[in-house]
Amino acid sequence: MSEARVFWINGPVLKARPVGSLQMKEAVFVGEERLAAEVIRLDGDAVTVQVFEDTTGLKPGAVVRGSGLPLAVSLGPGMLGSMFDGIQRPLSTIASSHGDFFRAGVEAPALDPEQRWRFTPKLDVGVAVVGGTVLGEVPESGNTSSRILVPPGVSGTLTWIAPQGDYKGAETIARLHGESGERQIAMVNRWPIRQPRPSARRLSTEQPLLTGQRIIDTFFPVAKGGAASLPGGFGTGKTVLLQTLAKWCDADVIVYVGCGERGNEMADVLDEFPELEDPLTGRKLMERTVLIANTSNMPVAAREASIYTGMTIAEYYRDQGHHVALFADSISRWAEALREISGRLEELPAEEGYPAYLPTRLAEFFERAGSVSTLQGVPASLTVVATVSPPGGDFSEPVTAHTRRYVKSFLALDKVRAQARFYPAIDPLQSYSGYVQHTERWWTSHGGVRWASLTKNVLALLEEQSRLEKMVKIVGRDALPAAQRLVLVCAEIVVEALLRQSAFSEIDRYCSSEKQMSMLNVADDFLSQSQRVVEAGVDPDTILTLPVVRRVQRMGEDIANDDLEAFSALTHDISTAFSALAPTFAQNDDNAA
Amino acid sequence: MISAARSLLHTGVTSVQGPLVFVRNVRGAGLYDRVDVITPEDAIRSGRVVAISEDRIIVEVFQGTDGLSLQGTRLRLFDEPVTLDVGPGMLGRVYDGLGKPTDGGPPIPARARMRVDGNAINPVRRDVPSEFIETGISAIDAMNSLVRGQKLPVFSGSGLSHDRLASNIARFARLRGTDSTDFAIVFAAIGVTFDTADHFRREMDEYGALERIALFLNLASDPSAERLLTPRVALTAAEYLAYHEGRHVLVIVTDVTNYCEALREVSSSHGEVPSRKGYPGYMYSDLASLYERAGRIRDRAGSITQVPILTMPNDDITHPIPDLSGYITEGQIVLSRDLERRGVFPPVALLPCLSRLMNKGTGAGMTSADHPALAAQLYSSYAQAQRLKLLSSVVGEEGLSASDRDLLAFLERMESEFLDQGDERRTLEETFDIAWRLLAQLPDESLVRLADRQIAEHIVAHRHG
Repeated sequence: MSEARVFWINGPVLKARPVGSLQMKEAVFVGEERLAAEVIRLDGDAVTVQVFEDTTGLKPGAVVRGSGLPLAVSLGPGMLGSMFDGIQRPLSTIASSHGDFFRAGVEAPALDPEQRWRFTPKLDVGVAVVGGTVLGEVPESGNTSSRILVPPGVSGTLTWIAPQGDYKGAETIARLHGESGERQIAMVNRWPIRQPRPSARRLSTEQPLLTGQRIIDTFFPVAKGGAASLPGGFGTGKTVLLQTLAKWCDADVIVYVGCGERGNEMADVLDEFPELEDPLTGRKLMERTVLIANTSNMPVAAREASIYTGMTIAEYYRDQGHHVALFADSISRWAEALREISGRLEELPAEEGYPAYLPTRLAEFFERAGSVSTLQGVPASLTVVATVSPPGGDFSEPVTAHTRRYVKSFLALDKVRAQARFYPAIDPLQSYSGYVQHTERWWTSHGGVRWASLTKNVLALLEEQSRLEKMVKIVGRDALPAAQRLVLVCAEIVVEALLRQSAFSEIDRYCSSEKQMSMLNVADDFLSQSQRVVEAGVDPDTILTLPVVRRVQRMGEDIANDDLEAFSALTHDISTAFSALAPTFAQNDDNAA
Repeated sequence: MISAARSLLHTGVTSVQGPLVFVRNVRGAGLYDRVDVITPEDAIRSGRVVAISEDRIIVEVFQGTDGLSLQGTRLRLFDEPVTLDVGPGMLGRVYDGLGKPTDGGPPIPARARMRVDGNAINPVRRDVPSEFIETGISAIDAMNSLVRGQKLPVFSGSGLSHDRLASNIARFARLRGTDSTDFAIVFAAIGVTFDTADHFRREMDEYGALERIALFLNLASDPSAERLLTPRVALTAAEYLAYHEGRHVLVIVTDVTNYCEALREVSSSHGEVPSRKGYPGYMYSDLASLYERAGRIRDRAGSITQVPILTMPNDDITHPIPDLSGYITEGQIVLSRDLERRGVFPPVALLPCLSRLMNKGTGAGMTSADHPALAAQLYSSYAQAQRLKLLSSVVGEEGLSASDRDLLAFLERMESEFLDQGDERRTLEETFDIAWRLLAQLPDESLVRLADRQIAEHIVAHRHG
């Protein structure tokens, strides 16, 4: 292996003189402590290296040892339920060997090499296999089985396959005879994090990722295989929302990347996920989750790598035919890590000090999301949802603006709502989803024939409300005609009823699609009844005094997913209340006879 | 212990710029190693190696470079990072910004030397902060609850009463149900005036709390590079007190803005590419390396709770200092110049305040089952009332309905009866009582964050009482 000697050190970046040739993006180890690092620039007689660990005490003359391989992660059974740092070091293992605090130079295998997994072969000797072919299965965690695949790019005839039994990750479980001769395959394989794993072809995104959050599923859906961003200033509830999505969305496997965020938040996820149950399968949430934690005080270069580590792990599960969702909090912290390294390299900055290649890197990252047919021809998907933390809450800054170019769902979080403790603080007028048309068919076939028209009505109402509120600021509310005051009254009620959803209420934190549809119907009914009575001459403000309004506004919190009849009762009570305001005339139309 | 010092004294200073000294031909220096800089007058100043290139190193001198010369300056390098000697008896003492006792008392019997930069807590070893701290301040206890292990900064403005608020929190804070506070307090003054630091000390003295406090003072007149070290030294002392002596430590840092100014100054001496408003691009990570030192660790008795204070330049919350802080800390308490002017103390501007860990420490079994709903309703009504006030100031109050007038009256009373409490300590029960009483002035229709049961239990009684 090649080596180099350090002669220049600036924070996590160092330069070294190579003996032999190191490759771009090669994984290297620095000094006696073997700090993990990666080659990021080659020029003439110097290599530049970014170090994923604390470089305090590092001296010139330290040896940089090449590995001959790009920075890679280990993929195999045993990842679900675990927490890793940005370069896939297992945090629990490190805690038991090195204590409560991090130290530099800790090496630990990502997956326990001694752990045995029950392998059940699915193929017989003599079969021709290619990359992606399922060799066998391993029950990994809870109900999730890991399928052991032939690694991408490998093909040949199966000459031996292990019988059912318990094997370690690195043991050979199959042998192939291919063009390049004999090849052994183990359950655990390495894959470079910056290289997307291949699939057979991309499919169009048609199914919604059901998140149980009304404002997303009903109004701004995210498709399975789609990409979404959640931009918002500090305190607008990005992290709580992202964690809520990670808890309740209907993906098979969740990869949650805490990229440059708070340590207490990761502790919170570790505390809660093993306790909570997936509403669809009843299994513990932790059993389907892989956590990557590179908190804000952990080394900045590893933060840069963390989203790729998460993405590669997500692709590994996608390739097994799962629907995977990757949640990254926050993409801005990743961009800042990129900026910091770039600054130390003295690269020419583009906007706000960010390097000119920021948009390219963002595009590459978000393009790894997608709905695909895997190498074995099975439909699978990888959805990416990332938070964005714009400085000063200004959405025109580079990271928010460039992210927006590569995602189709843009869920803008609004400070004013958050300040009134209105959560999720997604602003319906600034947000949009490019997946509305894709998911319409799904809703139609799942009891939501009127879904498209009802959501459009509600959004139109909110649009009108915003226009009228500007007028009210000039002329006052009383100057508006009754029909317009009705818009204001109704919009306020509907916003409270549909868009507010408490992540901490046991009843309301997850809202089934049936309940969402029922609530949408109730809201629609309320709107048309209101309109009717106002046309009959009732003052719009009178509506606010109806006791049933309170029940409409609290229906999300008061009515459980399995109590859908309560919505019929509510609809009935709405009719009764409105009839009292302005009696409905006999339904039988006399003129029809 | 073998001294880590090298006997060799280095010369070869080629340049002195701001707090930085550039030295040629130094072999064997490690990144961030501790350095003694010996002035031509043989005085010793502390510094550390901040960058290394082939033919020279850059040393940051904490006590400034005034009086250094190219020829007469010598350096002694140590094979270790900057550390703090920690040991029993750290409380009740006064230290300078680098952690040396300045009160004339005996030196600290060094039980251990701890790196001032600390080490990141492994996230799997963190314990979720969930123990409610009663601060005695209604705006915090009811609406932005503080829990042990949280970092909850005060965003203030120049001249506002943040110091008074901080010393009240330090005096009042206790766990519920306990009479005396069992907090040890580490107070780090960064670039503040002598008066501010002395006032805090006297305040604590008056309440007999001085023996629970360690004061680290970097005054406005002290060199700015030292400010980079002061919070780290103070937090290192806090970590010793928390994790070795098992104490619950409340760390008050004032003023983080001065720290950030020093960071910008040193960064610009390095010739680094600046980010927003000239602050370095790594300011987020740098601030995180301070704030993230709050927390609790599984199976360890102590905890570190941080209440850093920062003054927002021009009262602008989008300025990089409060902005980046807000992204790292677990909420913020924002003070309002408007309320201060009207004599409300503490002048807490409720709307922009937040405690992210509130839901961990409130609710059944911790404070009261109805606490979260109460806080949500207070916020909802207060925000609605503020909007209405803004509107009525434009279109006049004549057109307001009766329920609108109720809301405006609620707003008025929130400020005069709930927020304004002077220096009086309120129990959580007293705070709740005021809050329910004020909400009872509003009609049921506008109390949608409360369940029917909660209205029946808390609101109705106040209407008829």
